[in-house]
Amino acid sequence: MKTYLPAKFIIERDLEKCIRCEVCVNQCSFDNHSYDAEDDEMRSQSDNCAGCHRCVSFCPTGALTVRKNPIEYRDNYNWRPEIIEDIIKQAETGGVLLTGMGNDKGQRIYWDHLLLNASQVTNPSIDPLREPMEMTTFLGKKPDRVEIGPDGELKTEMAPQVKLEVPVMFSAMSYGAVSINVQESLARAATEMGTMWNTGEGGLHPKLYQYSNHTIVQVASGRFGVHPEYLDLARIVEIKIGQGAKPGIGGHLPGEKVSVEVATTRMIPPGTDALSPAPQHDIYSIEDLAQLVYALKEATHYEKPISVKIAAVHNSAAIASGMVRAGADIIVLDGLRGATGAAPKIIRDNVGIPIELALASVDSRLRQEGIRHRASIVISGGIRNSGDVVKAIALGADAVNIGTAALVALGCHLCQQCHTGKCAWGICTSDLFLTKRVNPDIGARRLVNLLRGWSMEIKDILGGMGVNALESLRGNRLHLRGVGLNDTELRILGVRMAGD
Amino acid sequence: MMKELNLMQNPYQDDKVIDACSIFGVMDTSGKRFSGEGVIRAIANMHDRGNGLGGGFAVYGLYPEYADLYAFHIMYLNRQGQEKVEAFLREKFHLVHTEEVPTRLTPNIVNPPAVRRYFLEVGDARPEEQSADDYVVGKVMEINTGLEDAFVFSSGKDMAVFKGVGYPEEIADYFCLEQYQGYLWTAHGRFPTNTRGWWGGAHPFSLLDWTVVHNGEISSYGINRRCLEQYGYQCTMQTDTEVVAYAVDLLIRKHGLPVEILAKVLAPPLWSEIERRPPGEQKLLRTLRQVYGSLLLNGPFTVIIAHHGEMIGLTDRIRLRPLTVGVKDARLYLSSEESAIRLICPDLDDAWIPAGGEPIIGSLKNPLQPGAAAGREKVLTAVRKI
Repeated sequence: MKTYLPAKFIIERDLEKCIRCEVCVNQCSFDNHSYDAEDDEMRSQSDNCAGCHRCVSFCPTGALTVRKNPIEYRDNYNWRPEIIEDIIKQAETGGVLLTGMGNDKGQRIYWDHLLLNASQVTNPSIDPLREPMEMTTFLGKKPDRVEIGPDGELKTEMAPQVKLEVPVMFSAMSYGAVSINVQESLARAATEMGTMWNTGEGGLHPKLYQYSNHTIVQVASGRFGVHPEYLDLARIVEIKIGQGAKPGIGGHLPGEKVSVEVATTRMIPPGTDALSPAPQHDIYSIEDLAQLVYALKEATHYEKPISVKIAAVHNSAAIASGMVRAGADIIVLDGLRGATGAAPKIIRDNVGIPIELALASVDSRLRQEGIRHRASIVISGGIRNSGDVVKAIALGADAVNIGTAALVALGCHLCQQCHTGKCAWGICTSDLFLTKRVNPDIGARRLVNLLRGWSMEIKDILGGMGVNALESLRGNRLHLRGVGLNDTELRILGVRMAGD
Repeated sequence: MMKELNLMQNPYQDDKVIDACSIFGVMDTSGKRFSGEGVIRAIANMHDRGNGLGGGFAVYGLYPEYADLYAFHIMYLNRQGQEKVEAFLREKFHLVHTEEVPTRLTPNIVNPPAVRRYFLEVGDARPEEQSADDYVVGKVMEINTGLEDAFVFSSGKDMAVFKGVGYPEEIADYFCLEQYQGYLWTAHGRFPTNTRGWWGGAHPFSLLDWTVVHNGEISSYGINRRCLEQYGYQCTMQTDTEVVAYAVDLLIRKHGLPVEILAKVLAPPLWSEIERRPPGEQKLLRTLRQVYGSLLLNGPFTVIIAHHGEMIGLTDRIRLRPLTVGVKDARLYLSSEESAIRLICPDLDDAWIPAGGEPIIGSLKNPLQPGAAAGREKVLTAVRKI
């Protein structure tokens, strides 16, 4: 069928600069570039260009430019180009439209409407280059109080705690969705920076066992790769109920991506589709969740915190309260902008709520119920920089997860082709020709650099506020002010208007 | 009807009331009572640290003749307020004795409220399951938030708070404080940046026999307050100092922690320091910080916290506000400035500036022995016990 779909991008080649080295041909995984040996000519066609900039980044002479295809539709606020093109795609394929990465639509990003405080005159700001500045965070359940015996001895036994040197962890990204080189980069960076990475639901490759002290393992609806050693190795075990990019939806790793290595790690036959059901079929209610939480606590001898991850949805506050009462030591909220390797586009862009609002209402609800200390709150979904991290902590998060930001550090240009398995940056693919593009030595270094940069920025912000420990900012919404928000938004966020 | 305490304390509805101050405390650890004359001279010596919008004193060992009775000092804006509160007190307590707190005309004290004191016994009105202290706290809260035109300055036994709008030496003059005797005195001169002062908003803040005088701004106020709200405290006055008072009440009275431990919650050692301690101590300090991280007082502060038998001086972890300690025989002095101590006790055994976050504790249980030994060793050994 002839496609009516116009190309998204136009590739332009400056022939004066091009040296016909064929780097572009080798780098493009969408087959846009070719070399015609007969005419000794480089050719580019733009039909499949995803705008990933791999060729542009690697062209040694800067001969390539990728521009948006300036196809002009008649202006129509309702029928925007993307909507028209989605209909064309469905008319030609008859299927669910799939996409990758997170929601790219224009729903309000509350981080951009929150501003931070700083000290002037009445209290001094603190210079983190000259004074200690503490970011150490412990995840896990805390008791109501500390008990000291008559002789001054400590009588309180703490539930298992996990220490983070930086309040930023890496989001769950499974082996199979991302390559082993990506996971190794994440694991090594997490180990070096004293934080955690997360296996996702694809099991743990034996090559990464050495980083287990910084590993969160997931138990998800497909139960892929869950075995006693997997649980024993983990520092935290996470039950995945949902994901911000696709709340209420399961997962599907197509058989083509299930290589022998992926299959072994997931404990399924090679080449078979790895299907994660929408719900966990042993969790149809909150008491079922409690059973799985305690089954995992038993299996890990009460030595590891059990985390439960949900997508941020309308009544997250009530759900979170139930999760805490069901024994979760950590709750993870993944917001509207949470990303994915593949999700139905209509779900990604329309289901869930902004993480800022979910976080604020969950933190407030748990405090109203007097159970906030019984679980740590971790949030994810669209955290872009250290400013977002600080705002999240001031709203009440104990720590945040980053997925997209970490992948961008590894090369991702957000072309949203994760679901095709053709990632030219070698991140979200299992094609060995592509995966080798991520070198774990370099990948780990880039991730460490990112976290180090963010850490320094967070310390600067804390010092500016006149506090020298992160716990003095955590949940301290007086250090936030809102701009351009209405009264209801301010009420839910629990912040005051700037100038008030 | 709920009284808008907050509007009196914080008319512009700021996040919190900001003030800077002078603070002073002296305790005779042998329990010997002495007059307030020296304390008044000392706090007056730090006149420039305040701006005349608040001054106050707490005195312990004040009413030995009524030592077993709750002594309420209550201020009234008018006659109706007094009538209502007195009817309330007669209903809820057994009123043993009441009198006006004597005052004298003082030039700069304008339009003062009436202040009376009441010596009360907790009677039959107390529900059985409630302790006498909890009962008293509840009634104080009821008066302060529910009854118009009245405010309870203090409610402990054998102690009282005298405070008001003015420089501390003027407040002392007004209340004739040189005529009183106590074994422990604390004093405060206030420099609020954003409120016209009102009498109830001056320091010391008090609940039962606990008092707090405070110099500083607590940058962690937002989370300290939210944490205390989880434990049922309503921070009606929106001041940093109120948060300190409630944190002390929670940790010491409700959670039963010793004062040395209290200091490790309010101004904990750095994580890196905790890791260098021996294993047992490390575990204790780590646990305290993990559990009570939201009560860490961050930002510049010095506080003097007192209750019967004990006086504690504490600064923030990096000592952004001043505190000097002086020792002479059995007496322990705490002050914003050393000059104030030297003014009233020129021949100190020892004077020093404690490290940030290191509590200085004077206690009747461990009286300082007069003698040649260095003063700081005597004081610090008491603290090092934990």
